[in-house]
Amino acid sequence: MKRFADLHLQPSVKDSDQVQQMVSRSSELGYRLVGMPLPPNVTRDKVRQLKGICKDVGIDLVTRLDLTSKTPRQLLHELRHFRRSFEVISVVCTSKAVARQAAKDRRVDLLSFPATSSRGRFFDHAEAELASQALSSLEVDVAQLLSSNGFLRIRLLSTLRKEVAIAKKFGVPVAISSGATNVHFMRGPYDCAAFASLFGMAVPLALRAVSETPLTIVERNREKLSPDFVAPGIRLVRRKKGCASV
Amino acid sequence: MRKRVRRRYLAIKVLSEQSISKREIVDAVWNAVLQLFGEYGASQTNLTFIEYNSEKSWGIVRCSHRALEMVRASVASVIEINGKPVAIDVLGVSGTLKALRKKVLL
Repeated sequence: MKRFADLHLQPSVKDSDQVQQMVSRSSELGYRLVGMPLPPNVTRDKVRQLKGICKDVGIDLVTRLDLTSKTPRQLLHELRHFRRSFEVISVVCTSKAVARQAAKDRRVDLLSFPATSSRGRFFDHAEAELASQALSSLEVDVAQLLSSNGFLRIRLLSTLRKEVAIAKKFGVPVAISSGATNVHFMRGPYDCAAFASLFGMAVPLALRAVSETPLTIVERNREKLSPDFVAPGIRLVRRKKGCASV
Repeated sequence: MRKRVRRRYLAIKVLSEQSISKREIVDAVWNAVLQLFGEYGASQTNLTFIEYNSEKSWGIVRCSHRALEMVRASVASVIEINGKPVAIDVLGVSGTLKALRKKVLL
């Protein structure tokens, strides 16, 4: 059986009731792992509390940080500061320079683009080529499609169709998330996959985008953040008591 | 010989704070299909409402098996009915009504 993940659940972290409500609904919809964007200065107690809420309903919480840097320099600075504190890092690309820097940086997991204007989306061939080398994925929020209608939705679907085709050509993984801010914008994984068929993703590929792609990102980062990690492919298997620390 | 028509039955559940009537649900789903796929697309779905229980907020929808993803996407795209926020979940899909009832325990 497939394990489904939603890396972009956006409840108000301060409101425990809303978090509880949304996490319970995620569990009902069949998700086993959810990611929540947290403020950069979040305390360990808060993270522990959120993980506790998720654990009660059988869901694994992934800590996520959304970076909205204005310049590449600021992005590098923020990545240096926060990479080791969060399991998933997403960059909201608001300018072309930031998008390019995010695509080539291996510390960035998800590239997301604002839906408000088609000019604000910079996922083209050059961006995809950089992203394919740096292992970052393109993130698509279903909530963007749900909340728009008419001409805005037509433009968004058309842009997403182009972006998904480019991502496929360059082997950039696509992750589909809900991007929901309340329970009414949350949809099940199969419904998200059906939505993805609107912008040219075949159902098996779309199901991979709500299961394997996000799970791979989380697994890779958890391994990197583990204290036993030495380098890619090398990890500490056992510590001997008598060994002196270097 | 005429080829047998293959259908799919979808069990749906409406999540809303207020009660929604069958008419409202039928209109909302049809409008969603029309909005996403137009009249030509809607004609391919063979969409029919089999039943809807407004007290328990669940229902059964039938469509052509070729249009399953279209109907699923349309049902999922409904976010409000008469200004009330709603979400419609697909509980299960099956080829026969009997199997669907067994699957989702309606």
